[in-house]
Amino acid sequence: MRLSLGRWLLPLYVVLAFVFLLTPIVHTIVFSFNDSVRTNIHWNGFTLDNWANVCNAQGVCEAFGASIAVALTATLIATVLGTLLAIALGRYRFRGRRAATLLLFLPMATPEVVLGAGLAAQFLAARIEKGFWTVVIAHALFCLSFVVVTVKARIASLDPALEEAGRDLYGSPVQVFLRVTLPLLAPGIVAAALLSFALSFDDFIITRFNNGALTTFPVWVYTAAARGIPAEANVIASAVFILAIVVVVAVQTTNAARRKRWRPAR
Amino acid sequence: MAFAAFGPAALAERATPATLRKSWVAVALLAPGLAYLALFFVTPLVSLLVTSLNQPVLYGDVGQYEPALRVENYWTAIEHYWPHFLRAFVYALIATIVALAISYPVAYFIGVTARRWPFVQALALTLVIAPFFISFLLRTLAWKQILADDTPLVQFLKSIALIPPDGHVVGTDFSVVFGLVYNFIPFMTLPIYASLERLDTRYLEAGSDLYARPATVFWKVTLPLSLPGVVSGTLLTFIPAAGDFINASDTFLGSSRTQMVGNVIEANFLVLMNYPIAAALSVLLMGVILVLVGVYIRRSGTEDLV
Amino acid sequence: MASGAFAEAGADLELVAIHKRFPGFTAIESLDLEIPAGSFFALLGPSGCGKTTTLRLVAGLEQPTSGRILIGGKDVTDVKPYKRPVNTVFQSYALFPHMTVIENVAFGLRRRGVPEAVAKAHEALELVELDHLAERKPQQLSGGQQQRVALARAVVNRPALLLLDEPLGALDLKLRRQMQLELKKIQHDVGLTFLHVTHDQEEAMTMADTVAVMNHGAIEQMGAPEELYELPRTAFVANFLGQSNLFAGEVVSTTGDVVVVDVAGVRIAVPKERAQRHAGAVAIGVRPEKLRLHASAPAAEAGVNALGPGRVADVSFSGVSTQYHIDIPGIGRVVVFAQNTASGPVANEGDEAWVSWRVEHGFGLVDEPSTLPRFPSDTDTASLAAQTKEELLAELGET
Repeated sequence: MRLSLGRWLLPLYVVLAFVFLLTPIVHTIVFSFNDSVRTNIHWNGFTLDNWANVCNAQGVCEAFGASIAVALTATLIATVLGTLLAIALGRYRFRGRRAATLLLFLPMATPEVVLGAGLAAQFLAARIEKGFWTVVIAHALFCLSFVVVTVKARIASLDPALEEAGRDLYGSPVQVFLRVTLPLLAPGIVAAALLSFALSFDDFIITRFNNGALTTFPVWVYTAAARGIPAEANVIASAVFILAIVVVVAVQTTNAARRKRWRPAR
Repeated sequence: MAFAAFGPAALAERATPATLRKSWVAVALLAPGLAYLALFFVTPLVSLLVTSLNQPVLYGDVGQYEPALRVENYWTAIEHYWPHFLRAFVYALIATIVALAISYPVAYFIGVTARRWPFVQALALTLVIAPFFISFLLRTLAWKQILADDTPLVQFLKSIALIPPDGHVVGTDFSVVFGLVYNFIPFMTLPIYASLERLDTRYLEAGSDLYARPATVFWKVTLPLSLPGVVSGTLLTFIPAAGDFINASDTFLGSSRTQMVGNVIEANFLVLMNYPIAAALSVLLMGVILVLVGVYIRRSGTEDLV
Repeated sequence: MASGAFAEAGADLELVAIHKRFPGFTAIESLDLEIPAGSFFALLGPSGCGKTTTLRLVAGLEQPTSGRILIGGKDVTDVKPYKRPVNTVFQSYALFPHMTVIENVAFGLRRRGVPEAVAKAHEALELVELDHLAERKPQQLSGGQQQRVALARAVVNRPALLLLDEPLGALDLKLRRQMQLELKKIQHDVGLTFLHVTHDQEEAMTMADTVAVMNHGAIEQMGAPEELYELPRTAFVANFLGQSNLFAGEVVSTTGDVVVVDVAGVRIAVPKERAQRHAGAVAIGVRPEKLRLHASAPAAEAGVNALGPGRVADVSFSGVSTQYHIDIPGIGRVVVFAQNTASGPVANEGDEAWVSWRVEHGFGLVDEPSTLPRFPSDTDTASLAAQTKEELLAELGET
């Protein structure tokens, strides 16, 4: 029924879209090998120096470390609080359920400038010094909504009969939660934690309003951008990228392998 | 994957109200999270509201304000910065539409066409979320360098007269929208993909069986069924785009002539230390977005977004 | 029931004046039920009739709006499910995907602190001949194997009462037959009380000692399978269990031990003890396999009813028997199941035919003839709830 041209139109479009999506990534990775002197704008030649001596650029490794620390802490807070919230919303009936859901949706609907400015205004009014903890608090806040949405979706897809079976088989509510609900939720919680980590690591706008003296990696990049970003920043970004891709691919292949192994027995 | 979470949760709901239990446990589970939100989300917004009405301390330094009821701050903010508001919403709107045009076919391809090849699906999804893993700032900077005046690409475009000889790509309205589109494509693609992935192809077969041409099947069956995903995607794109200030700043893809409301909030807050104006702008931005989102959701009829 | 002990034998179940309301509709109006210990009891009915709700109430997964539930004489209405001596075999099996088969089966024993849980679990798996798959995960098993593991997981706890929620629905015919025999054997050997919920009337009749037919949240009729089949009291039971030919008529006389009904001018006799109504407009019926087909008008005989002449409208051969549809003017369509004792049909399409049956095979129903429905009504609980919600929203003015 379709024209033979029409059949290739969509795949072609998609390929072009992917080229579009990947161009800056390729550019960033390629320029991490650039033999740049001060700025990394023009190609000077290939070198592995930048990769070998990543921390040469002033403060980049400290910024990277700070980003990791912030992301880990914020992820911990957001995942724990968010999972509890998701369980309450997904499995319990209570007054004000709609209001609670709305309240959780609001941070996702709020532009980051507003969130950042709001928190900064509050810290200012409360005379709290801006630094590591203010950044962590801010990050945990916007990650919370994403964790709730992710875990809630996972809960919704769980067969309620499984928890009922747990109760039917003499499991007290605590036992059912620990032995049935939590293990089944685990993939969702892990996904939520990864998402939260990624969002926190890459956050700039909210961080900028609340960081005080703390320099995270995106803040470092922004400050350096005016002068010209050294190639070492590209190295770190590329390393993170490759690591993330490897993790994603590993997860996908283990899932696929697991699905293959579990063909029903005769 | 986690990103299916951005799809319509209503479709995934399986537990009926009859199976939920009323319990004090629910309150215990909710308390920490809601307290956190109350303390660090609701209170700051209130704080913003209060700050927006502040007045400068008489004979005080720059950055010193005291509580008041100076509603004129809002008027001042609008008077000075209405072009930035307008520009922000226009950029965000155009970026959302373009992103939708690019993302929907991609989402369709991954979620429907490629269903027979799970490997291709997985690969394509990974490529879509790949930009997430490179710092937002670096990928925007990369575009700035790729689209700079002296690159082969721009030279080529000038040679075929798409751009005037003394024109720039970077620093224009085009480049800002371009950057916004690029950065928000994953946010648009994933919810639509999640929606289309659940689409039962038998609906499409039924459409064909009932004499509909492929184009008609798309308009009358596929598109309406994927609407919740489209709504999620457009909201997740428009809202952050309207408040963005990276793409529009002159360090990146913008210039002094492309400033959005986000830029002026940042400038007022962190540089000029004019907190009341910055807060007023934030409140206005938040208010307009809430109104737009409310109207939009009402019209497209999806109540269950979270 | 102490959590640690096994039940010595099955216990009896009593439901007293159970009423269950969900937001928007009533699933169970008023239910009274008594199941004696050690029996195999089937709750039969179409989807949406309330049978699954009843099961969940007994298991403790739902609370009745009013009424009491007693197991072995003890009131368990307010007892949580994990404290009731009841186990369920779920329709979807609900095997824990993150545990192995043996861990699934041992789960209940471990929660109750029963010693040597794993050894007992192996015993239970041997009972269903699946001990060799003990270390597999449920997803690696076929549907029939999963069903047996679900059964073992429940039975191993020796509950006073075992609830089965349409457990054989997903199995193919041959496997289903096998499992029906298995279940019956296990119930008999172990001596538990089984409450089996199903919409498959053949299954209910084969396996159960007692069958209760449920409709619209109430029990229409209850008794041994043969009793229900040969003497249905309502049109619903007559049509749900097997097939029936139903006729409407007026009672003409009630002499001796029969009720004589005028059906389109013909006098039909029904034994008084098999007729629910003895006066006015009545609905009477007879099973298709009880009818004899005649090629010419049968001679009048005492103790035999006859109808005809009619035309054979359809002949369907189905191996063991042949189904004949006869159109009799003034009466309608009559269905006859004739066993194929001779090869070839007794009558062909278009032939003239008469039907007759012995008076003692007829039955009289409780229903008014005017209320006999053509299609089963749409009473699926999900659609009922959706309809009520629509009406409520329309009332409140929201779209």
